[in-house]
Amino acid sequence: MSLLAAATVVSTVAACGGSNDDNGGGGSTGGANEASAPGITEDTIKLGAHYPLTGVAAPGYSEIPTGAQAYYDYVNKAGGVYDREIEWIYKDDAYNPTNTSQVVNQLVLEDEVFAIVGGLGTPTHSAVLDFLNTEGVPDLFVASGSLLWGEDPDTNPYSFGWQTDYESEGKVIGQYIADNLPDAKVGLFLQDDDFGEDGEAGLMQYIEDQVVETQRYTSGNTNVAPQMAALQASGADVVVGFNTPSYTALTQLTALQLGFKPSQWIYSNVGSDPALVGSLLARFSQGAVSDASLLDGVITTEYMPGVDAPEDPWVQLWQKVWDESGQEGELTNYRIYGMAQAYTMVQALQAAGQNPTRDDLIEAVETVGADWEGPAFSPFRYSTDSHLGISGMQVVQLAGTAADPQTGILVTDIGDADIEESEAEHATPPESGIPDEEPFN
Amino acid sequence: MSESKTPAPAAGPGRTTEELIEEAPFTATAAANVPSAQAAGGRSFLPKSTLLRHLLIVLLSAVGAVILLEVTDPFTNSQLASLTYYAIAAGGLTVLTGLNGQISLGHGALMAVGAYTTALFLQTERGEDPLPLPLILLVSVLTATVVGALVGVAAARLHGPYLAGATLALAVGLPGLAVYFQGTFGGDQGLRVRAPQPPDVFTNFIDLVSGASATGTKWLAYLGTICLLITYFLLANLMRSRIGRTWRAVRDQEVAAELAGINLGTWRVLAFVVSAAAAGLAGGVMALVVRLAAPTNFTLVLSLALLTAIVLGGLGSLLGALLGSALLVFLPPFVTDLGADLGLDSTEAAQIAPLVYGVVLIVAMIFAPAGFVGTLRLRWMTARAKRATAGRAADRG
Amino acid sequence: MQQFVNVTLSGLTQGMIYSAFALALVLIWRSTRIVNFAQGSMAAATAFIALAIINAGASYWVALVVALIAGFVMGALVERIIIRPVEGGPELNAVIVTLGLFVAIQALIAIIAGSSFQSFPTPFGVRGFTIGDTTIALTPTSLYVIGSVLVVMALLVALFRFTRTGLAMRASAFGQEVARLLGVRVGRMLTLGWGLAAVVGSLSGLLIAGGGFVYPAYMDSLIVFGFVAAVLGGLDSPIGAIVGGLILGLALSYISGYVDRGSALVNVSALVILMVVLLVRPGGLFASSTARRA
Repeated sequence: MSLLAAATVVSTVAACGGSNDDNGGGGSTGGANEASAPGITEDTIKLGAHYPLTGVAAPGYSEIPTGAQAYYDYVNKAGGVYDREIEWIYKDDAYNPTNTSQVVNQLVLEDEVFAIVGGLGTPTHSAVLDFLNTEGVPDLFVASGSLLWGEDPDTNPYSFGWQTDYESEGKVIGQYIADNLPDAKVGLFLQDDDFGEDGEAGLMQYIEDQVVETQRYTSGNTNVAPQMAALQASGADVVVGFNTPSYTALTQLTALQLGFKPSQWIYSNVGSDPALVGSLLARFSQGAVSDASLLDGVITTEYMPGVDAPEDPWVQLWQKVWDESGQEGELTNYRIYGMAQAYTMVQALQAAGQNPTRDDLIEAVETVGADWEGPAFSPFRYSTDSHLGISGMQVVQLAGTAADPQTGILVTDIGDADIEESEAEHATPPESGIPDEEPFN
Repeated sequence: MSESKTPAPAAGPGRTTEELIEEAPFTATAAANVPSAQAAGGRSFLPKSTLLRHLLIVLLSAVGAVILLEVTDPFTNSQLASLTYYAIAAGGLTVLTGLNGQISLGHGALMAVGAYTTALFLQTERGEDPLPLPLILLVSVLTATVVGALVGVAAARLHGPYLAGATLALAVGLPGLAVYFQGTFGGDQGLRVRAPQPPDVFTNFIDLVSGASATGTKWLAYLGTICLLITYFLLANLMRSRIGRTWRAVRDQEVAAELAGINLGTWRVLAFVVSAAAAGLAGGVMALVVRLAAPTNFTLVLSLALLTAIVLGGLGSLLGALLGSALLVFLPPFVTDLGADLGLDSTEAAQIAPLVYGVVLIVAMIFAPAGFVGTLRLRWMTARAKRATAGRAADRG
Repeated sequence: MQQFVNVTLSGLTQGMIYSAFALALVLIWRSTRIVNFAQGSMAAATAFIALAIINAGASYWVALVVALIAGFVMGALVERIIIRPVEGGPELNAVIVTLGLFVAIQALIAIIAGSSFQSFPTPFGVRGFTIGDTTIALTPTSLYVIGSVLVVMALLVALFRFTRTGLAMRASAFGQEVARLLGVRVGRMLTLGWGLAAVVGSLSGLLIAGGGFVYPAYMDSLIVFGFVAAVLGGLDSPIGAIVGGLILGLALSYISGYVDRGSALVNVSALVILMVVLLVRPGGLFASSTARRA
């Protein structure tokens, strides 16, 4: 309690200082750089995060921080943010909350990072949610679509979501089915946690009377034949999956095994990474699967362009950043995810001002975060009332390795908020590839 | 390999069967064997009474812990807090495995029982005060004890790999219940735990001792330390008591023990219950320190880590359990930081940590099969025996 | 009906995969009295070797043979260099060493091969057979798995029952002193036991991988279910390993398919099944009277 009060006092003091410094008006030429907060020195900013780099959850997710690394390197090469170099420290938690709590303790107490950015996973990150919020450490852009981070800013004033939450995604998909496949019998295949549950809550707002079967799988249990057989027996002709990419591949393989051919597969954004799933399935094309692109015709959603749109200016930027970073491996959607989050983080740091406190950063995201333009199709919902991230997505159909838009950009929010089509033009990246936000105060 | 190094007891007249059983040749490990031999050897600057001696040690340890916690930085404080729950659980496990010879790959599940109990009792409506923390931890211990008794009854009939298999299934199976009954246990994302605020007594104490600020992290480290000291005090007395001796007899001399009227099954269950109680407390502390009770906390990795801790430290020794737990907490960040200093990127550094851990386990078992504590004790005793022999030879000559 | 058939068939295939792994554990238990927790990592390592060979353009069968040989060499080396020093010491020390190996090998795979998903080919189809116009959950690949496991089981039974080597291996495991007096070269038998067990383990690793994905930790859940299956059957019996695997595979498949949110109950069910069996038969279903006190 006293901690919070102290933090507020500090922030008020610093805020006054900040406005004095800002005489030069906007941009990066204020006064001198100061060590204005933990993790900020005259020439560096330390940021930290936790990811599963080893163990069962490492495949895929462990690529995200390499993408972020590439983007921070890119920004640093161009002079950093307010001439400060970004130091990006990420640690392994093996997707185990016990480890998460230990490594985040280390990041905050020993490495003294300015903020935690993009910590990955719902159970893992919820272990440090209270810690970060009582210590007053900005906890930005949690890499999970759970509502925990953004729904209740009063309880967790320092935490922010980033990607479109699963409930909003469920609503968008639900409305699409209700509009375009009104007679379909829908079977749901859901991960048995908040991911599946939130998605289901969104879907049910639109297609409750169409759902004929709901099957859930527990992550780690790789035999999904019993679930698929049940969906097949229910006579479902549309299957909606809120699952991870490896389970997309597993469901496709199992359906092949069972001769289960629903007329339409729909996967949530998380599970649909066509490049990844496609490469997993391609191997079985020899003689077994007739067509390499088993995912052809699958419907999914996107909230930003991915590797399936190589012509998109954002993807071209990511490709350039990735090539320049000289790291091993190809550009993947996981890496794009990391870069896009890093891009938002750079926007936040610019907006927080030249010599920000931790509370300045929070205030900056709350005040101007909703106006930032970036790779996402639709804006963030950041305000003092909501810390939820990207507000909408687009329904697309996969064709080969490309994605074919089926709707415009559909913007919505959790609960019974309407779904509206956004008229706004998707922003293109700045020439330099680095955002240029004004300080918020 | 161990018998020859243990000073052979002189089976003189007037010795009870119990003592004979206790000092009979051992088949488990040298480390587990040593404490009794050392007790017989007895050093004298500590009080004669076991209880007094243990009290004194606890007191000294408490002073040492306060100094340690006050001179180290906040992050080390948080690491020490993690150390306490590993050490509490490992202490219980070393009683079960070291003294009683039963293997358990499932103690993580018993910790889960304690952790979920603590988490559930701390889940209160806004404004409503939860029960006092000591009471909640006590309830956690009781719940784990009950579960431990059930498991113990089943386990008492099983041997070697069958016991290992059953407890392995326990480690993997029990956390699954938390996923299934998500209404109560929060499913995959678990129950978040808000650790109660430090009491004023604590704030005043820290102010008095070091003048540092009594942060939440510090409070948790102290809380864990208090639980650890209490647990080890109780366990140490238990190990030295008649009960401890009987456990050893059940482990080493099944037939003799049975002939002496000892009901093997009952004593095996009792050992399981005691170690489950410790695991329950450890789970409670873990829930507070990690601020979460979720199934992913209690994977098989946790159970296996506890087992490696007690063997690496020295089976049957509380000090060994503590040292082994310290390795669990301090080795991975040490290796990761070292890797980063050597210019590896974060991913490579993270991958090195399990590699080093695995290699340490292998190398330690090959070169120090009795664990740290066991090996040191053996060295010391061999040296003493040599000196004694040399002395006797000199007397004769 | 179709659902029941498919749930059954998928349980059968899954059970055979557990059995394959359980067989390797049984073999090593019979020949060295050690439960090898590193079996999963060692199998994963050989699967990655096979994958590298396939990626280099060789056929599945070449890769299979190389992987099995690599498995044998790895098993024998591990016994000679790492296990030998702790053999005859406290039982638990050998367990800790195999745990250490398990962790270290898995870490090494991640460092060398990376930790992303990679698909692993199968020489046979992954589409279910069709009877009339219904497809059943039995694929050429699953037949290949089931066939291989049964052949391995038969070979193991034959080895232990009909050959002198098998007898010598069992003798070495049970009583080294006696075996030595009888002229058995105990050291060589132990090495052979580890080598053979690693071959069976590697085969199970390849069978599990085929038509699916591999990553460094892909064998983790199988270590648990394979071990449970082996204990269920009685660690001493190859037939027990098959039966144990099948019981587990079928039961878990039915629970997963017919109980609401059954997938979450799979692990708990494995615990319950094992406990019930062990309460009735503490040495597993196919325990011989001598094995019970081992």
